[in-house]
Amino acid sequence: MPSTALFVLLVFSLIAFFAARSKAFAVAGDHIGELHSRPIYHGAYTTLTILVPGIIFWLLWNFIATRWISASISSQFSETLSSLTLPQQEGFIRDVMTLASGGVATFVDETKITAAQMVAEIRSRQLWIGGSILAALSVVCCWFAYTRITLKMRARHRVEQLIRIMLIVCSVVAILTTLGIVFSLIFESVRFFGRVSFLDFLFGLHWSPQSAFEGAGSEAISADNSKVFGAIPLFAGTLLITFIAMCVAAPVGLMSAIYLSDYASQGFRRIAKPVLEVLAGVPTVVYGFFAALTVAPAIRGWGESIGLDVSSESALAAGLVMGIMIIPFVSSLSDDVINAVPQSLRDGSAGLGATKSETIRKVVLPAALPGIVSAMLLAVSRAVGETMIVVMAAGLAANLTINPLEAVTTVTVQIVTLLVGDQEFDSAKTLAAFALGLILFFITLALNIVALRVVQKYREQYD
Amino acid sequence: MDTLVDNIIAEASGKEANIKMRCRDVSVFYAEKQALNEVNLDIKPKQVTALIGPSGCGKSTFLRCLNRMNDTIDICRVTGEILLDNEDIYDPSIDVVDLRADVGMVFQKPNPFPKSIYENVAYGPRIHGLARGKAELTQIVEKSLKRAGLWEEVKDRLDEPGTGLSGGQQQRLCIARAIAVSPEVILMDEPCSALDPIATAVVEELIDELRQNYTIVIVTHSMQQAARVSQETAFFHLGNIVETGSTDEIFTNPKDPRTESYITGRIG
Amino acid sequence: MTDIAPENMGDGTTVTRLRHHSPERRARTAKRFAAERRFKYLGLSAVLLAAAFLVLLLWTVVGNALPAFTAHYVKVPLDLTTEKLTKENAADFNYRKIVRAGFGGLFPDVKKRREKRSLNKLVSSGAAIAARWEVSDNLDWVGTKAEVLLPLSDTADLYFKDLLGDLSRPESERTISDKEIAWLKELDEQGRIERTWNTIFFSNGASRESEMAGIWGAVVGSFLTLIVTLALSFPVGVAGAIYLEEFAPKNRLTDLIEVNINNLAAVPSIVFGLLGLGIFINGVDFGWFTLGGGSPRSAALTGGMVLALMTLPTMIIASRAAIKSVPPSIREAALGVGASKIQTVFHHVLPLAMPGVLTGSIIGMARALGETAPLLMIGMVAFIVDIPGSLSDPATVLPVQIYMWADFPEIGFQQKTAAATLILLGFLVLMNGLAVVLRSKFERRW
Repeated sequence: MPSTALFVLLVFSLIAFFAARSKAFAVAGDHIGELHSRPIYHGAYTTLTILVPGIIFWLLWNFIATRWISASISSQFSETLSSLTLPQQEGFIRDVMTLASGGVATFVDETKITAAQMVAEIRSRQLWIGGSILAALSVVCCWFAYTRITLKMRARHRVEQLIRIMLIVCSVVAILTTLGIVFSLIFESVRFFGRVSFLDFLFGLHWSPQSAFEGAGSEAISADNSKVFGAIPLFAGTLLITFIAMCVAAPVGLMSAIYLSDYASQGFRRIAKPVLEVLAGVPTVVYGFFAALTVAPAIRGWGESIGLDVSSESALAAGLVMGIMIIPFVSSLSDDVINAVPQSLRDGSAGLGATKSETIRKVVLPAALPGIVSAMLLAVSRAVGETMIVVMAAGLAANLTINPLEAVTTVTVQIVTLLVGDQEFDSAKTLAAFALGLILFFITLALNIVALRVVQKYREQYD
Repeated sequence: MDTLVDNIIAEASGKEANIKMRCRDVSVFYAEKQALNEVNLDIKPKQVTALIGPSGCGKSTFLRCLNRMNDTIDICRVTGEILLDNEDIYDPSIDVVDLRADVGMVFQKPNPFPKSIYENVAYGPRIHGLARGKAELTQIVEKSLKRAGLWEEVKDRLDEPGTGLSGGQQQRLCIARAIAVSPEVILMDEPCSALDPIATAVVEELIDELRQNYTIVIVTHSMQQAARVSQETAFFHLGNIVETGSTDEIFTNPKDPRTESYITGRIG
Repeated sequence: MTDIAPENMGDGTTVTRLRHHSPERRARTAKRFAAERRFKYLGLSAVLLAAAFLVLLLWTVVGNALPAFTAHYVKVPLDLTTEKLTKENAADFNYRKIVRAGFGGLFPDVKKRREKRSLNKLVSSGAAIAARWEVSDNLDWVGTKAEVLLPLSDTADLYFKDLLGDLSRPESERTISDKEIAWLKELDEQGRIERTWNTIFFSNGASRESEMAGIWGAVVGSFLTLIVTLALSFPVGVAGAIYLEEFAPKNRLTDLIEVNINNLAAVPSIVFGLLGLGIFINGVDFGWFTLGGGSPRSAALTGGMVLALMTLPTMIIASRAAIKSVPPSIREAALGVGASKIQTVFHHVLPLAMPGVLTGSIIGMARALGETAPLLMIGMVAFIVDIPGSLSDPATVLPVQIYMWADFPEIGFQQKTAAATLILLGFLVLMNGLAVVLRSKFERRW
């Protein structure tokens, strides 16, 4: 029971807290002002001196313990394991673990029971050893802190130092997340590019991962696998849908921003702004549902009525709805940018006798251009990374076409299709998803960095 | 000018016991820019010392050195020596928290916490553990508010937010808050600059009363105020102390021509 | 409209000393104003277009959702006198035969096997389960004959809701046959059909039968997931923001963290799903050491962790803005009475920033609630019938449920999808409303 041990540790440290606090009171006696730190800090210091090493040790110990158990299983039952495939091995170990902790496994046989008994035995031994070390450690730490409670002891400093460290750790989590993303993507992608050549992937014209040869000996004919992982149709599809989306979002979003910031009355703005915000708050899965249920059939019906052959999962439908989704994004970014243009410029233009629209088109927009460009870049990066709308409304077929009435597929759709469902994790198919993810990550990252740079330069200009 | 400094030092060493804070060669740098240039000043106990000078002359900067408020600014660096009762306040063994309990501060704009009047005053004693129990804390609060001359006005509404008081009352609340941790020195950074003349008069009167118990250093841009409330005056100019001495003397008989032209309104 | 002075003096002989009173000039001005109007209407129509999209979207959802909130039930006489059924086993008993016999008994003329089979298809295949719930709620029925309300099949339900399209089409093009329509009409005439609030929808987990499918499982899953997300991202986000805003020295590392947070906020959500799959579930294998791995697939715990990382940047950015808005005079006041930096932050700055922090967190949580793509990556898309009971149980969430149902071809599921969407939107409106209230109530202008 690893959690019980932690609970006991917690209770012990709490008791230590009160003990240390009352000792601090006792040390101070009547001269409470003489105490460098208030008693509560002495208590907190003692608690933390017990908890921090304790928890660190226990985490390490658990890590070692798991390694220990899996090492014992693989050495004791190497014969059984070697006869199984990889997923079967995982299943075997999972069943053994469940049995050992008293659960019910689906398929039970003699070996598994013996293994489970062994695991349970090792576990109880580990708990005993680890628990004793933990107890000893806590007592030593407690003694260390407790005996140091004096008038001069700077308990508050130490406690605050620790809080500071915890704050730093929290702010570093963001960096760790990025590292985690980059790590997992690159790690799996490298494995993928070990099977499929990078150039074939990046410049191949044919994408049909479902026909990738899997199973025994797949490495031997990986040359064939290379042919089915050509990502160009995905990039083309992504571009097509993004383009359609921007055709909708850019003019509508920009014009609404202009209208709301320069023309609309206070009352109109008070209604229109929340409408745009609601549009921004609708989950993408709802847009996807809307696209599949309403927009796609409507476009199809309209196309058929004028004699066009429209696919039921046309790029147009997905792009259109994605455009709607991005409108509020474009409009709020453009709004910021337009408002950042100093009033003096507008006044100057109006003073020459220009009309409002002339001022906007000839003065405000050119001045705001860098900002607007970066807003559009951010919108494009949004569209490229958007998943649910295309998963639900765009197709799966990797057609290389620029006809918006045909079905195309995108990078994100393929990531989802490759990874949803029960798949063997090591196959080229699942690894391909990570390679696509890597490319997606870097494209959006590049777009964001460029956009943020541009916007920063632009801000500096007017600040 | 060197002779002047020497004079001060000679004078100071003569009356060692009669000096509360002693500043030697205090220089302050913001990044590469020097804001204060080797300032020497002795602050006498239970007196009001006024720091005057044109804006940007470093008087506020100097004041903030006295309780190490400059520590909060990353790029700020202080050199030299500042002694409080012969203890170097920049010594690593000194805890700024303890220092600021001994050297309290009142700021230019009244800045009560958005909490009740009671909580505003009680906060300091509470974090320093100055009271054992609620009753004692209430006593401290009452005493501090009385000393700050605010008690009669707020005793019935201690639970109301301090931000609801008038500007002058807020500033006296901030003074009460500073008093509550029983400091020895109180630093005031233009405490009346945000107040109207009537509130200013009340606060000035209060400062005069506080002199009985505390050593007060006040930065002011108003020479009349300096003349009204202070016993000692130091004139700052471009990061240097030009002249120090008793207020009467500086105002009636300034030695340095710069002081004279400032007092008569030619620079400022 | 100040720069034209269109005083028309009527006869044209009036003095036009000013240049812009010349006819060419005036025509030009008129043209410019026409362009001005066009531009203005273009802007207005852009706003209206966006609004129209929103209305259309909501219309589609609401219009489709409303029928799903009610369902048609048929009152079937059940013979509960069989000896095998006792009060003890009422909750485990298989009521299939009893339901069949009871429902078949309503149409004694139907004898042929094939006809019987199509007749039985009018009640839901989950009717036996519904009967079990009813009987175990009313144990005194055991040993008697009781009239029990059982759910109709989705086709029958949709027939009564008039959602099967044009019934005058030839029989082969319809999902319901003439005979079935006749039977349903007969039941209706007997007064056996009742339309009630669809409790199954609100209390059940997923099911292949649309009339037995409910969203409760997804709601519970969403709730568990969000709890994990909040528990992780709130403290870490606020602590990170405190450090960056109050303590961090200006150096390379903090600059890096800043840039990094801004970029992380713009990383596509699906990439976070890949992170969850790659690190939390599978782990990165370095041979001697596996980084991560071992998180349960499809579980609220893993989903919550992924969403926590996703909302973290939002959380940090919002918290920083809130902390920044606390005026420095408060910090100076606290420092001036001798509070330490940490005490200043935790006693004064943070409490004052809290409304802003909470508003930001609620908005972040709302976004997490609507997120789908990363959860697909970590297997929360599995077909899960049971209501999840713990953080490590397989679970699904509302938006994923919507995604899955939207894929089912049956018309019944189309309404369920819309209904689930409406409920999701309802939760989002609630959360955002809470944020707005919080902001207007506690926002302090300094």
